[in-house]
Amino acid sequence: MTTSRITRVLPGFRLSLGITLVYLTFIVLVPLGAVFIKAATLSPEQYWEAVSSPRVIATYKLSFGASLLAAAINVVFGLMLAWSLVRYSFPGRKLVDALVDLPFALPTAVAGIALTAIYARNGWLGQYLEAYGIKIAFRPAGILIALIFIGLPFVVRTVQPVLEDLDIEAEEAAACLGAGRMATFIRVVLPALAPALLTGFALAFARAVGEYGSVIFIAGNIPMVSEITPLIIITKLEQYDYAGATAVASVMLVVSFVLLLLINGLQERTRRSEQKVS
Amino acid sequence: MPIDLRHLVKIGVVAFSLGLHVLSGPASAETRLLNASYDVSRELYKDINKAFRAAWKKRTGHDVIVNQSHGGSSRQALSVIGGLEADVVTMNQAPDIDILVKRGGLVSEHWRTEFPHDASPYFTTSVFLVRKGNPKGIRDWNDLVKSGISVIVPNPKTSGNGRYTYLAAWGYALQREKSAEGASAFVAALFKNVPVLDGGGRGASTTFTQRDVGDVLVTFENEAVQLERELGSGRFEIVYPSISINASAPVAIVSKVVDKHGTREVSKGYLEFLFSPEGQEIIARHHFRPRDPAILAAHARNFPAIATFTVEERFGGWEAVQGDHFSDGGIFDRIVTRR
Repeated sequence: MTTSRITRVLPGFRLSLGITLVYLTFIVLVPLGAVFIKAATLSPEQYWEAVSSPRVIATYKLSFGASLLAAAINVVFGLMLAWSLVRYSFPGRKLVDALVDLPFALPTAVAGIALTAIYARNGWLGQYLEAYGIKIAFRPAGILIALIFIGLPFVVRTVQPVLEDLDIEAEEAAACLGAGRMATFIRVVLPALAPALLTGFALAFARAVGEYGSVIFIAGNIPMVSEITPLIIITKLEQYDYAGATAVASVMLVVSFVLLLLINGLQERTRRSEQKVS
Repeated sequence: MPIDLRHLVKIGVVAFSLGLHVLSGPASAETRLLNASYDVSRELYKDINKAFRAAWKKRTGHDVIVNQSHGGSSRQALSVIGGLEADVVTMNQAPDIDILVKRGGLVSEHWRTEFPHDASPYFTTSVFLVRKGNPKGIRDWNDLVKSGISVIVPNPKTSGNGRYTYLAAWGYALQREKSAEGASAFVAALFKNVPVLDGGGRGASTTFTQRDVGDVLVTFENEAVQLERELGSGRFEIVYPSISINASAPVAIVSKVVDKHGTREVSKGYLEFLFSPEGQEIIARHHFRPRDPAILAAHARNFPAIATFTVEERFGGWEAVQGDHFSDGGIFDRIVTRR
């Protein structure tokens, strides 16, 4: 690599990289490092006990499982939403466009309370669902609903600009060359969108794993059934068990980081194969 | 869409300086106290602070402003440990003050003797709130373990309110079953009937009254009375069990902070005011049981007699309770993971 030899129009490689590293260090690495340093005050046995009790294991399954599922659902419906917003013009489009961002801006506790009020057995939706034996509030299903809610904008907002830049001519060409509608979508549109969809998925997932505010109101928080990992961390903190809390947090961090790395790698691959095709 | 770069810079500068301004906070010449308190004492201290301001002005001629910070009792203790410069702490359970002694010596280890009644100006107790007409016929703790009864209790791990409920049920069962095993089985059966574990007392109240979940809410008397009277319009009834726990609300001066602020005297005056007849009267009006016998007698109608036991009497103190019941892998954890 001879990057330093290349003359650029805008100088400042060293300066910007330096600032990047310092900024990342103070904003991200130092706080995260503190988590591991605090967790390291535990002996290996204590650490293992803190992160592997049955109650904590149950929360990992729920937190990561529900987050992955919610992100996957958001990829499907987020793509549809982005598609509608980009490809069609209809009355109120601007309004819908603005609505998508609302889960970003709303305090998560408000979202949690609103969702609980709707899905509780005396709520607008809950009372009808209850008649069919479907219970959402205070059940794991409620957690999923909350995570879908907060993750939606991530998918829509990452896919939307890519979709806007996508040349309709490519689809027309595909159609002219005899590709059916399904084939056009799957072989022409989807590959171009795949990197953006993966990014949206990763962001929605990462956000969902760490979400606390909205989930806590709708979850029911029953041990072994509907407790999320962030709740375990808060519970330990409230009992002044800093080390135990950071131990669980470190497990979350590592698992999330590995999953995000995997998604990034996948994205890199789809992008490369996409380039090869074009 | 072209964006004018200068506009962007201007917006950025405005936002940044606004942020700085908000973060730096106000400056003032008056004496200011910060009282870090728990969740549901908000309304009480609003009245106390107003009355104290007037009383202090009359006594010393000085102006004082008392600011409040509210949150879960343990979370507030964590904030004070973390550097929240509270001059006084008014909590709902002693462990949240003991931790301030242990971590960094913020509070004197003799805090219990600095004010009367183990430094607790009032107490309350865990009672039942049931729906109108008491359709499930709930009279005492043993009704809560019956199958088909749905009980709302806040999480004992995160909430003082829930912790007192747990201990009240344990104390009742210990008296009846005469053994720790029996008590453990009883409390396990009770928590099997809990469909939602909210993080705090207010959350549990909301679940019971607004979401219509549960047949009975076990909560502090002050909270139950407030719910019955203010939300009520005859929707709920209070049931007093045969015996319950004495939930004392302790107060303390945060020595390290008052020494730094030079506010020890006024902080002491503030906490002493809680024990004065005027303070006790305000406390009673907020449905907390006052220590002053005369004022308790004057409000007897609002405070039906109920047998209570303290944590010290039945459990040998908070230290033992924390270790045996609420530590990780303790009795509570074992009860709830075995469902």
